[in-house]
Amino acid sequence: MAELRNSYDISFPEIEELIFLLKNVSDFDLSGYTRSSLKRRIQRIMNLEALDFVDLKNAVINIPGFQQFFIQEVTVNVTEMFRDPGFFNRLASEILPYLQTFPRIKIWSAGCSTGEEVYSLAILLKENNLYDRSFIYGTDINSKVLDIAKKGIYPLKKFKEYSDNFNAYNSKESLSNYYTARYDAAIINHDLRKNILFSTHNLASDQVFNEFQLITCRNVLIYFDLKLQEKVINLFYESLALFGFLCLGTKETILRHPVMENFKVVDKEFNIYQKIK
Amino acid sequence: MESFANHIIVIGGSAGAYELIVDILDHLPATFAAAIVIVLHRNSKYETKIESSLSKRLNREVISIKDKYPILANCIYFAPPGYHTLVEPDHYFSLDVSEPVQFSRPSIDVFFESVAEVYGPKAIGFLLSGANNDGANGFKALLDAGATCYVQDPSEAVIDTMPKGGIASSENVKVLSNEEIVNYFNSISS
Repeated sequence: MAELRNSYDISFPEIEELIFLLKNVSDFDLSGYTRSSLKRRIQRIMNLEALDFVDLKNAVINIPGFQQFFIQEVTVNVTEMFRDPGFFNRLASEILPYLQTFPRIKIWSAGCSTGEEVYSLAILLKENNLYDRSFIYGTDINSKVLDIAKKGIYPLKKFKEYSDNFNAYNSKESLSNYYTARYDAAIINHDLRKNILFSTHNLASDQVFNEFQLITCRNVLIYFDLKLQEKVINLFYESLALFGFLCLGTKETILRHPVMENFKVVDKEFNIYQKIK
Repeated sequence: MESFANHIIVIGGSAGAYELIVDILDHLPATFAAAIVIVLHRNSKYETKIESSLSKRLNREVISIKDKYPILANCIYFAPPGYHTLVEPDHYFSLDVSEPVQFSRPSIDVFFESVAEVYGPKAIGFLLSGANNDGANGFKALLDAGATCYVQDPSEAVIDTMPKGGIASSENVKVLSNEEIVNYFNSISS
């Protein structure tokens, strides 16, 4: 792909104008998103589509389907299987022994993008003989990435990295036990999918929809400002069963928020918390 | 008293830059008014102890950036591997896991471009040894925003691709020897 240079630019005041416009003409409210990241993503769309700021506003208002396209492109959808293998080690050794004391294990992977983490969690549960009494909800604001997640078909070339991750987590087995390779694609095994549901959910505006024993939301809050982070953490708090676990990305910091007084730090390095009151 | 930094000094480097960075940090005065932020290419799959070993060596905290850390005066920061580091208009860091740029995450370009936007003439950029062209576009963005940019003399760099890229990005880039770079940091004021 040719490299995109920033021939189209958007200023911070123009971003505010666009956020305000989008909020008025659609269900999408980006006002809690971090501005520098948003700026990069919007510039990327402007350069892909050759739109200046006026064209962009016009497209948001007048072109059918553009709002959905804009949200799909503005959100970051980078994910991996077994990203941060140490996190999965810690889940297996510290959290699963606790989770298995629940009769049913409901898990919410919030901001799951194309679903690789959901399938990683399914593998983890399967290996520990917990999958049959578990159910994983994978949600994202972006319906297009959820279509990919539901199919469970990924480019085979990515599986070298995924296998490296998996081997760092569990060197005894092989990740290839869990997918079938065909031509240049890898298809996730069917028995891993039966207890999974992918659905759209907007963390900025949607509400509690179930009660969970485990919520993972890794590298999603980094795109939110402190105010929206607080709102989302409150949503997680309300969505967790008592003694349920919350797992965030390793570089996310949330202890400043008052609701965190209701959590115990289980693992500082991998940002794992348990709801204790 | 912790306060937001008025000025930011940003350093980009890759292969061959680490030794000079250590030399720079060794010569810093006890207190300084700027925030110093270093983006060094490193592989996120292997844990590195750069921050902790430098903290021990310098006897002061060297901070590995986490999301929404404030950008404070008299602090030394490193961009974490596996993420792009950005600065926000309200002078906090934010992280981003979007695709690598110039095969790099962190990308020096991404960081410098965002610094240019927020700090403009209150930013000072350095580009050191490295084996790819990351940083050149970021240098141009910094200079266009009124920042001052210095590049390590390519003849002294372990690998000169990155400094040469910085020089090619604009005629306003100033070339400094290793000694001049270290002297610069030795004399930054509080």
